Amino acid sequence: MGGLVYYSSASGNTARFTARLGLPASRIPISPQGDMPEPALPYVLICPTYADGQGRGAVPKQVIRFLNDPDRRALLRGVIAAGNRNFGATFALAGRVIAEKCNVPVLYRFELSGSDLDISRVLAGLEKFWGTECLTMA
Amino acid sequence: MKTPLRAINWNRLQDEKDLEVWNRLTVNFWLPEKVPLSNDVQSWATLRPEERELTIRVFTGLTLLDTVQNTIGAPSMMPDAITPHEEAVLSNIAFMEAVHARSYSSIFSTLCLTKEVDEAFRWSEENPHLQAKARLILEEYKAGSDPLKRKIASVFLESFLFYSGFYLPMYWSSRAKLTNTADLIRLIIRDEAVHGYYIGYKYQRGLEKLDAARQQELKDFAFSLIFDLYDIEQKYTAELYDGIGLTEDVKAFLHYNANKALQNLGYEALFPPQACEVNPAIMAALSPDSENHDFFSGSGSSYVIGKAVATEDDDWDF
Repeated sequence: MGGLVYYSSASGNTARFTARLGLPASRIPISPQGDMPEPALPYVLICPTYADGQGRGAVPKQVIRFLNDPDRRALLRGVIAAGNRNFGATFALAGRVIAEKCNVPVLYRFELSGSDLDISRVLAGLEKFWGTECLTMA
Repeated sequence: MKTPLRAINWNRLQDEKDLEVWNRLTVNFWLPEKVPLSNDVQSWATLRPEERELTIRVFTGLTLLDTVQNTIGAPSMMPDAITPHEEAVLSNIAFMEAVHARSYSSIFSTLCLTKEVDEAFRWSEENPHLQAKARLILEEYKAGSDPLKRKIASVFLESFLFYSGFYLPMYWSSRAKLTNTADLIRLIIRDEAVHGYYIGYKYQRGLEKLDAARQQELKDFAFSLIFDLYDIEQKYTAELYDGIGLTEDVKAFLHYNANKALQNLGYEALFPPQACEVNPAIMAALSPDSENHDFFSGSGSSYVIGKAVATEDDDWDF
């Protein structure tokens, strides 16, 4: 099974979701001075959305900084995006932006810190996803 | 010696979240005049008289909550602010609540007869459930009450109590009725989401400074308040929606939003997933153009992979 990398701002919604998954996961630091995770194996990214009404700024700056590194980006296999449906068309937009930029699928979308149903769907989904994934590099 | 009066310096932040939310709220600023409500005049005429009455009543109920939040709720939290920037954000929140309250009157003046509207405002003053939920929140906004309990009440107003009302324009919109009105309501929903998020965030910052016993006391308070509010909401919902047979559908939407309000405070959900199965038409009206296409669910028609171009480092230089 591949790894998990996540970002969560000080509000802690994505951190609470990731903790409930109960899987090992590395956190992208909130502070630009913090040390970035350096994944050695393929991973899925869990990322919240911070878009304004026009969809600008959807991907948090620290996530952009993390993915700007070609080595880290090369191991990204999929993205799970968080958001709030109350933001309408920009709900979980960060997932779509990252998927398009990095050519990986949006695996799942959930709201705020997720429901129990979201947790079980993501756990089952990840297991299936890594089962079909070739973990060695091409 | 007198304490100096301090001017706000936005270049010296104690909490980055203040600037982030300020920017989000100011970019999202809007006024009802921007929404072409008059395009709904014909659609309004297709509603049956009891549907029109229901819609006007729902909107006066929402107006009351916005009025409370504008004139009492947001200002009452300003003296509790930890940072000067938080006070500035609260002043924005207070003003936008006034814009929301004002918007319902724009809808009324565009679509309704003065007599119908006057009757609905009278109804809002006399409806025991509407008055009860507003009073329960006001109790916590009183001077001298606990600043964190005030935040709990505020998050419940912004992230829970509005939704028995927001349901109806989403329902009309899902049936291609009052679609411009729904556009305006979606702007309000977007603002309320930021307000609930921000005040919930500030609540969590305050909570983490307390000992375990006080934290537990506040958590118990939050769950007991949402139970009390839910109890009133059920009755309010039944009174409004029984006539058109939508009460159970609205209740699923209430459960779903109660859980989200608790999540804004950093707490776990109260209602189980099976109680939160919101009508998909309402979900689609809430976030149109955001089709549910993801890999794990295997649903949706617009999921596409493979047409992307290799990413360059420059792409990430947003």
